[in-house]
Amino acid sequence: MTTAKGASDGGGLWHWLMQDTMDGLRRRRAILGYMFLLPTLLGIFIFTAGPVFVSFGLSLFRWNIFKPPDYVELANYERLLGDVRIAISFGNTLKFTVLAVATQVSIGLLLAMGVHRITQTAMRYYFRTAFFLPLLMSGAAVAVVMGYIFHKEFGPLNYYLGLMGVQQIPWKTSADWVLITIVIMSAWRNLGFTFVLFLGGLSNISREVLDAADVDGAQGFRRLWSVTIPLLSPQILFAAVTGVIGAVQVFEEPFIMTRGGPGNASRTAVMVLYEAAFKNIEYGYGSAIAVVLFLVILAFTLVQMWMSRRWVFYQ
Amino acid sequence: MTANVMRDPGDVSAAQHRLHVVSFVAGKYVPVIFLFLLSIVIIAPMVWTFSTSLRKGKDSFTVPPKWLPTDFAVENYAEVFEKVPFGRQIINSTLITWGTVVGQLISAALAGYAFARLDFAGRDLLFWVVLATMMIPIQAVVIPVFIFLRNMGLVDTLWSLILPAVPTAFGTFLLRQYFLTIPIELEESGLMDGANQWQLFYRIYLPLVKPGLAVLAILSFNFHWNEFFRPLIFLIDNENFPITLGIFQLQGYMMTGSIAVVLAGVVMSLVPVILIFLVGQRYLIEGIMRGAIKG
Repeated sequence: MTTAKGASDGGGLWHWLMQDTMDGLRRRRAILGYMFLLPTLLGIFIFTAGPVFVSFGLSLFRWNIFKPPDYVELANYERLLGDVRIAISFGNTLKFTVLAVATQVSIGLLLAMGVHRITQTAMRYYFRTAFFLPLLMSGAAVAVVMGYIFHKEFGPLNYYLGLMGVQQIPWKTSADWVLITIVIMSAWRNLGFTFVLFLGGLSNISREVLDAADVDGAQGFRRLWSVTIPLLSPQILFAAVTGVIGAVQVFEEPFIMTRGGPGNASRTAVMVLYEAAFKNIEYGYGSAIAVVLFLVILAFTLVQMWMSRRWVFYQ
Repeated sequence: MTANVMRDPGDVSAAQHRLHVVSFVAGKYVPVIFLFLLSIVIIAPMVWTFSTSLRKGKDSFTVPPKWLPTDFAVENYAEVFEKVPFGRQIINSTLITWGTVVGQLISAALAGYAFARLDFAGRDLLFWVVLATMMIPIQAVVIPVFIFLRNMGLVDTLWSLILPAVPTAFGTFLLRQYFLTIPIELEESGLMDGANQWQLFYRIYLPLVKPGLAVLAILSFNFHWNEFFRPLIFLIDNENFPITLGIFQLQGYMMTGSIAVVLAGVVMSLVPVILIFLVGQRYLIEGIMRGAIKG
């Protein structure tokens, strides 16, 4: 396009562009394409793609409120490796991620299979709405509400468990329970997502396949394992990948409900990042945590995608 | 199934049939009962939130829990506005959310169309770059973005939340998929009628991807209305807070005193998302499933 004749002066350029030929049309469409992309590309460059590299760069500096940035090579990463609080927080995040994703996916699958068999429209609508509603709440609202529900003395949950003879459980105040509590509240909210996803997947499975399974005598667990799950595998992969990405970023729930406590029992990776960068104002150290967090998410996602080639089945 | 039939020694199949009926009925209703109980457990916290928000302050956090709103203490709702600048915060949430949604719809429609229907050098490469940025979590960029916003003097303004959220790789990808489903013949007939390139986009394509725009608008509205992490970092003065931060602050003030007031704030924060859910749940659910189609 650079060799076009007559592009030497303004009028010529206009003529070159507006030519009533296929070439002119192609040029106009190309220019329009770049113009249409400009806001998005520029924005992504400034706010996402560029900053990723800046984060990598910043992680090599010591930079706090007292001193100007100082190049320290990998010192932040060395400090990070020796920081017990960070090790605990990443460990908590890992435990939380495994438990939360397993719960969300398995219970969401059961709910979807149950509701899929219901043929009555009103009942289907009721269940779909009921299971979906918590997903509309913000993480902050969930954390506030669940903070009361899980209260040891006055919470409704312990009251009803008490009626069944269960002793008051220290949901938020015991280091053994607090992660489980956060898993339960996050599953409560995210079930709506996996449920809707799997319900949609089930309704896409062709009737003939299920009938064929019936004829072959596949029933119960066998049918679940060898027919339903393979046919739903694209949705299960999607739920697992997005579930892991979301769970590794867990923040509001422990931040609002327990402030990371008791001790460090519910401190998560994003919480230590927040504390380092925005409470202690150590941008370099915070960036090092951000880089590690990013690499963890990336590794998780790539491993899941790679493993999925062996078990995901596209209809 | 009378006793007569049962007494007939030759008819074993009747008993067997009855067994089948029993197991069929059990197989049909036991899961439904189980689902029903579970649905009650899942809805219960929301019902409790609503009825507790209407209980008299001093006995709002007591056992046994009450499930029906009996006191109708509407003054809890008024008290939210006294404890935090909640009216201001509702306006802030509205401006942030709608600013972001409208900005995303415009920029993603333009970019999605360019990727789907226009030809230019480097298009596929740029598309892959945009797609790859979907993998970048907000935490990986939040420190440089904060420093950038501070240097621009935008920290503690609503713009600090709107501007960085407008460019959307997800929205671009989503709308590209919708543009791709529209038959190219429409474009040819548009050109025959003498439409220029802008008219092709604006008059022919854009009206046909309205469902895609609705999906993006609703997903984005829910996400940004409920956002907490970025506002917590980018905003300082509670006059500039969205309601998620307002509720957080309210909870801090009230501790376990009058939780009814805090829950009144929660209920109010839910109104817009529930309204949008009622109007557009079709698009919301479609949006969730769209994401899964291509793995």
